[in-house]
Amino acid sequence: MTRTFLTQNRSVFWFLLALGIFALIVTVLSDAAGNGMISTSFVKTLGKTLCLMLVAVAMDVVWGYTGILSLGHMAFFGLGGYMIGMWLMYARTEIIVTESLLAAAIPPTPQEIHDAIGTQIFGVVGSSEFPAIWIFAHSFWLQIAMVVLVPGLLALVFGWLAFRSRVTGVYLSILTQAMTLALSLYLFQNESGLRGNNGLSGLQNLPGLDDVPQATLSIAFFWASATALGLGYVLFAWVTSGKFGSVIRGIRDNESRVRFLGYHVEGYKLFVFTLTGIVAGIAGALYYPQAGIINPNEIAPIASIYLAVWVAIGGRGRLYGAALGAAFVSLLSSWFTSGAVPSVPLGFYTIQWTDWWLVLLGVSFVAVTLLAPKGIGGLFDLISTRHPTPARVGDFGPDTGARRTAEGEEEK
Amino acid sequence: MKTLLEMSGVSVSFDGFKAINNLSFRIGEPELRAIIGPNGAGKTTFMDIITGKTRPDEGTVIYGEKSISLLKMSESQIAMAGVGRKFQKPTVFEAQTVRENLAMALKNKRGPFDVLLYRKTKRGAERIEELAEIIGLTDALPRVAGELSHGQKQWLEIGMLLAQDPRLLLVDEPAAGMTPAEREHTTDLLKRAAKKHAVVVVEHDMEFIRRLDCRVTVLCEGSVLAEGSLDHVTSNPQVIEVYLGR
Repeated sequence: MTRTFLTQNRSVFWFLLALGIFALIVTVLSDAAGNGMISTSFVKTLGKTLCLMLVAVAMDVVWGYTGILSLGHMAFFGLGGYMIGMWLMYARTEIIVTESLLAAAIPPTPQEIHDAIGTQIFGVVGSSEFPAIWIFAHSFWLQIAMVVLVPGLLALVFGWLAFRSRVTGVYLSILTQAMTLALSLYLFQNESGLRGNNGLSGLQNLPGLDDVPQATLSIAFFWASATALGLGYVLFAWVTSGKFGSVIRGIRDNESRVRFLGYHVEGYKLFVFTLTGIVAGIAGALYYPQAGIINPNEIAPIASIYLAVWVAIGGRGRLYGAALGAAFVSLLSSWFTSGAVPSVPLGFYTIQWTDWWLVLLGVSFVAVTLLAPKGIGGLFDLISTRHPTPARVGDFGPDTGARRTAEGEEEK
Repeated sequence: MKTLLEMSGVSVSFDGFKAINNLSFRIGEPELRAIIGPNGAGKTTFMDIITGKTRPDEGTVIYGEKSISLLKMSESQIAMAGVGRKFQKPTVFEAQTVRENLAMALKNKRGPFDVLLYRKTKRGAERIEELAEIIGLTDALPRVAGELSHGQKQWLEIGMLLAQDPRLLLVDEPAAGMTPAEREHTTDLLKRAAKKHAVVVVEHDMEFIRRLDCRVTVLCEGSVLAEGSLDHVTSNPQVIEVYLGR
């Protein structure tokens, strides 16, 4: 089965090969290998980029394959980050607090430790009580389950409500924007229990691994992200190939026709929306420990719009296109916004790329949409023979007066 | 011949315009039935009601041995219950190959998990080959449906209808864009299907209907004007006035 799957989906093989080679090269050149050609912070940037590629692949399945332009998938990404962040903060604070309390004359009770952790974490928002949503934060495995469950449930409930009312097209996009905006506004409040606009921080410090240098941790996360991307790619390639892929592409192109064939369109949309929501959550859970901090700004509506831009520039409807688009645009974006790009003095005005990058991105988005709708992924058609122009089959017309196939061949 | 579908007292209006007006209709299984009528007579709305696309304001639509009401079912449930439809304008999935189009229509479980875990079977492949043979698209199986000619798309859609293996086939203008030979072939196909199932054909072409040689229902302004053999209805003065006379 694997063999037929790989032979039918060549891009999976090439993608995994390229990903593996890339991961090996980065590892060899990293600080962790003592080489130092690639700085630890750049390894983190690359690791984060791999997570963004994963969420872009998920976005491509929702948008490029199923035709649902969701502008809210970064909400799931952010929620995944928050969920892992809760455990990271709790567990690390627990270690620090326990150490300091052990120095006291009377050994602390578990309740005292718990309260002290609360004071440490929530002091910044003027509170020391643990909100109810932190109930599982002490347990790594429960919180890992939340990484999957929370984005999954949100996607399931939101999708169920939206799809059963047959909200489609631009209205659905607006609804998803509203969802991510509402979530981000809610999280901005201190009462939300996730430290308001401070967000969760210090996530790069893994509890109990203080002795392990960040160089090694960054490579570990880089590999974890690469593995997640590889697995996610295979998963989505499997989902979008075969009959399921045929049905969801049918839904994209003509929803009501699929319905008249007897397929429950809403069920398919809900399945795709939820599955990609969960994968986005997992990608977020890998991203934020590398970023070190998460705050409600991360799930502002603009984040999800960026996601759509990456997929559009990379090329909708092919998974590697979305992945390349995310990598290309996000790396270019961090380069431009880092200030490393020389300014362009025009005499009367100097173009500072930190300010003008968004304009450049906007222009290239419009240009890609108008001039090269296949995006970066379309470049692969130039070297591939996957979509050959079909050769003429049979004669030129139905009756004997029409030209024969052979006559057409002669003209070639 | 037992009744498969019975509509009674069905009315539907769009913004005050009565598209269907107290329509009653009954078809048995097996039976072949042709529906004719001038433009705006409500032929397409009639099909929309049966397939669940349009909800009537009043009336009942009863289907099958268990006399289930189609009005409470969604489009996909109705399709799964055995109602297949071929649209007036051929609507195939143009971005996909002929084989994929047929495979999607093939009678199988339709749930997302069933489809995700679906494995191609030999029987399914044979059925596709068989259907392709019937609709004359064997060579075109690996081709993208968007490349097909209008007539071939019509054939593909008929193939998709047959692949669903429905009990009630609603066929809207099957002969449009076909050569005379192809029309004959279509007639044969429909007649063959009507030996086992219920087939409703909406058509404008009188010659085509004459070849079908079946009971004809004349629709006008949303209700049945006349019903009977073609010769019977064409001699009806009212029919001549609203439809044939012009």
